[in-house]
Amino acid sequence: MSLLINFVLLIFLLVIAIAILKTRHLFAMAMLFGLYSLLVAGLFVVLDAPDVAFTEAAVGTGISTVLMLVTLAAIKDGHAGKREGKSRTAPFLICFLMGGLLIYGTHDIAELGDINSAPNQQVALRYVEQGQAETGVPNLVTAVLASYRGFDTLGEVTVVLTAGIGVLLLLSNRKKHKLSTKGANDGK
Amino acid sequence: MGNDLVLRVVSKWLSPIIILFAFYVQFHGDYSPGGGFQAGVIFSSAILLYALTFGIDAAVKLIPEKALRLCASFGVLLYAGVGVLSMLKGGNFLNYSVLVEDPLLGQHIGIIVIELGVGITVASVMILLFFTFSRRVSPE
Repeated sequence: MSLLINFVLLIFLLVIAIAILKTRHLFAMAMLFGLYSLLVAGLFVVLDAPDVAFTEAAVGTGISTVLMLVTLAAIKDGHAGKREGKSRTAPFLICFLMGGLLIYGTHDIAELGDINSAPNQQVALRYVEQGQAETGVPNLVTAVLASYRGFDTLGEVTVVLTAGIGVLLLLSNRKKHKLSTKGANDGK
Repeated sequence: MGNDLVLRVVSKWLSPIIILFAFYVQFHGDYSPGGGFQAGVIFSSAILLYALTFGIDAAVKLIPEKALRLCASFGVLLYAGVGVLSMLKGGNFLNYSVLVEDPLLGQHIGIIVIELGVGITVASVMILLFFTFSRRVSPE
């Protein structure tokens, strides 16, 4: 059953990826990227990672799509790109090569959920066996994120705050500019 | 978009439910999937929906930008504060077991408080990003 769902989701992913490549309209592209994220979120659920699926659905499908649409609204025109007559052999070759390398790389990845693979034998085993006794939290993902790896999560939250400050510094100058011209007019 | 009756009614009813779900994900993260980050983005998506339907000014009136800036920093402060508190209690940085007498209860309290910090920061930063982006859109 999960094989069938995986198959359908991956086929849809492929179709949407090709549609994104083919479309020349930025609005359609933004919406298709949202759909793409939604399908990836579905795949995460099939892989038993609902935490990641939550994030992907809310950030990928919701917030980043809205941010892209707002950006498009700010640009106003030039939403449809021109198709240039350049040769596309070199990019195609690079994509093909990279894809081939990635597929070759997957052969070294352990089977999904393989109990004998190295990550599942060492630190993960320790978390599964003693996590609940040590933290008293039934959801091991939360126990690892918030307690065992609490310092990492603090770093992540700081990164989110820093990103927010960066965007504010870059984009929020408009109001200040308006205020300063207003002040200059008042001076006259 | 503000004139569409269906959109207005649906988002008016949907926003509180999304916010309620965000709080569920936030405070039930110990038992079910989810946690601070997920709750933060779900909460901010409710505000985004509200802002998209009723206009950015209504959303700013709901949550002032200054409060968002304070909250974004407060979340990180809360998180790091728990770490400093556990240092003051004689443990390592972010070792929640020393927060109260019972180590398990300490872990529980520590995790809930830091997840709250994560949620506050993520929600505020996401809403701030949206507000800042949409300020660049010049009115028609």
